[in-house]
Amino acid sequence: MLLYPSTGEVIRAESALREAGVEAVVKGPPPDLRQGCDMVIEFCLMEEMRVREVLAERNLPPLRVAVVQDHLLEPVSLYHVKELGDFVMVRAANMKITVDRRNRRIVNISGGGCPDVPFLAEMLVGKTLDEAPEPRTLGRTLCGYALQLAFEEVCRQCRG
Amino acid sequence: MSWLIVGTVPEADYGLTWGSFVLRGREMLVGNRPLSVARGTPALMATAALAAQTLGIEAPQALIAGDTGTGEGSARLYARLVEGLGRCGYAGLTFHYLMPDVEWHNKILWGLEGLAHTPMLVADAGFMYAAKMSGFAAHYDLFTPDAGEMAFLADDTAPHPFYTRGFFLQEEERVPELIKAAHDGKNSARHLLVKGRVDHVAAAGRILSEVRFPDVPAMEPIGGTGDTLTGLVTALLAAGKPVPEACRIAALANRLMGSLADPDPSFGVADLLQFLPQALERALTLEGR
Repeated sequence: MLLYPSTGEVIRAESALREAGVEAVVKGPPPDLRQGCDMVIEFCLMEEMRVREVLAERNLPPLRVAVVQDHLLEPVSLYHVKELGDFVMVRAANMKITVDRRNRRIVNISGGGCPDVPFLAEMLVGKTLDEAPEPRTLGRTLCGYALQLAFEEVCRQCRG
Repeated sequence: MSWLIVGTVPEADYGLTWGSFVLRGREMLVGNRPLSVARGTPALMATAALAAQTLGIEAPQALIAGDTGTGEGSARLYARLVEGLGRCGYAGLTFHYLMPDVEWHNKILWGLEGLAHTPMLVADAGFMYAAKMSGFAAHYDLFTPDAGEMAFLADDTAPHPFYTRGFFLQEEERVPELIKAAHDGKNSARHLLVKGRVDHVAAAGRILSEVRFPDVPAMEPIGGTGDTLTGLVTALLAAGKPVPEACRIAALANRLMGSLADPDPSFGVADLLQFLPQALERALTLEGR
């Protein structure tokens, strides 16, 4: 697994690895490494050299590369979709995003507890799904990451 | 004695501020700097200030810092709070949108418990996550989770709601069982106000009361309606109401505010706040207070 000093760097490293076609999965760290708002990137050990190359190219060197001894915590992977008249609300973990189906405009973001949530809401609410930045480009916490998952699902729900 | 609200605001360059604030329409003035009341801690602050005015009590104070998710503002705020604990003559503190960090959490909790008078402690959002993960949840007087966060509190191993196992799609129906599990696992504050389609007030793992009406489904997607509920309960506790009563009146007043505003899911919390004084007065009357 790859360890970083902040969740924001984990989010950027995961994006870089995905873009490079490397299979990488975000998970919760083992108990002795938990501090509060944490995640690590799990990857196949056989790909370590390639992973290090991609991250070095993007100037995202990890704090540590460690071998996973136990099962890592799995992120929530189910979505809850609720229709509210012309609006659809999608929840992923503790984050909710609501879109007006008529014009694909994000009308509300709620839930969460980390400090990037109100910031992300300010950046996204009022924009259409096409105009809005992906939460992963601005988010730095687990709540921000959960909002990315909800954003991806609401895009699937509101395909033009 | 006043009450202190502790949280962050979504502006990276917003400096650390500790003191009183005033509400001006859809903005607050903290010192001379305006702050938009859209959601998050500013929504909690605005609600608590409006409710305090309606209740005729001293306005709460706030300790806030700008933080857009890097955790830097939260860390500055934690350091300032630890340093200033000695002059914490507050009746209570409400902790809100803050980067969950167990080390800082523990320093603050131990500092507060070392005071001659331990203030009442309320936690919501990120600080509630840290409180649960610290293993000291039971040292708090009140947590205000939603149903999803209740599943997180009930899950012994989850360090954050993002990793909650099970219950995910049925948590609304399983709230009573989750409340008991969180209590049995020592992951619950002494009281809980669980926000949801039905609001539950609980103590020591047992449900004391439920608030179901008025039911305004459009409130769920509106960002900040959980923050207004925490703001209401903050003001009612500051007014000296016992925790179960404060929770019940707050839940009812929040629902009445929604009912009076008659929102659709595109409303913002600032659209609702104008109805708050009327909603709180009505809730107090209905509850016979």
